[in-house]
Amino acid sequence: MDPGRRTFIRDVGSSSVIALLASYGLLPESAYAELWNKAAFEATSLEEALVNVLDGARVADNRGDRNGVGIIAPEIAENGAIVPVGVVAAVPDIESIAILCEDNPQPLAAIYDIPPGGLPEIRTRVKMAASSNVVVLVKAAGVFHMASKAIKVTRGGCG
Amino acid sequence: MAKGMRVRARKKGDATDVRVLIRHDMETGRRKNEDGEVVAAHYIQNVTVRHGERVVLFAQWGPAVSKNPYFVFKFRGGASGDRVAVTWVDNKGQSGTGDTLIT
Repeated sequence: MDPGRRTFIRDVGSSSVIALLASYGLLPESAYAELWNKAAFEATSLEEALVNVLDGARVADNRGDRNGVGIIAPEIAENGAIVPVGVVAAVPDIESIAILCEDNPQPLAAIYDIPPGGLPEIRTRVKMAASSNVVVLVKAAGVFHMASKAIKVTRGGCG
Repeated sequence: MAKGMRVRARKKGDATDVRVLIRHDMETGRRKNEDGEVVAAHYIQNVTVRHGERVVLFAQWGPAVSKNPYFVFKFRGGASGDRVAVTWVDNKGQSGTGDTLIT
């Protein structure tokens, strides 16, 4: 990646903007392919991962049921290798949904960037090393909303 | 890579429901094989889903996404017969593609 593009990506500060530009053919495919938040994915604590996902953006001062972010996941997951996690957010102007497992060796599991016109809903499957909180960060209209849910894992799945 | 991926896109009201299953080991780099050797990390890092030329979802994944990743999402628009295409790239630079027509 050349320095100019790195600076550009950092300054834009939002992968959703990149996705928007790319969707209109304004970025080469290669810029898109290189978009992977290395610092966030390689973080080994929840705090470090969150800081890198947020990248300086604000987290709204609302938690739990009040922010419209719902996590659909089992209370008890028998197999930590396949834990279904769904996120439904009742927020306008959705930009991205990040899913983190607090006690995993590398907590950040996935970031889904949703270009304009997308809907604030995703379902996926993640590995959980042990019982812990699943933390979700939903970015909408430039602001992050956070929610979490405790999941008990009978058999850890990070082997 | 057609057999390495299954994509389904179904029109539901004014949105299209997309389901994707990709065959991939998603090795974390922490698992040991039968000989006690650590299996190198090998996992998908980026997935792009397009409706025609338009990107409708872009995913960044770490090793904690389950083996043989499955995900479901919706986007506004889409018409019966439109093409929905999925491409992925992993940390070793390998890639795969798959597509379907909206039903």
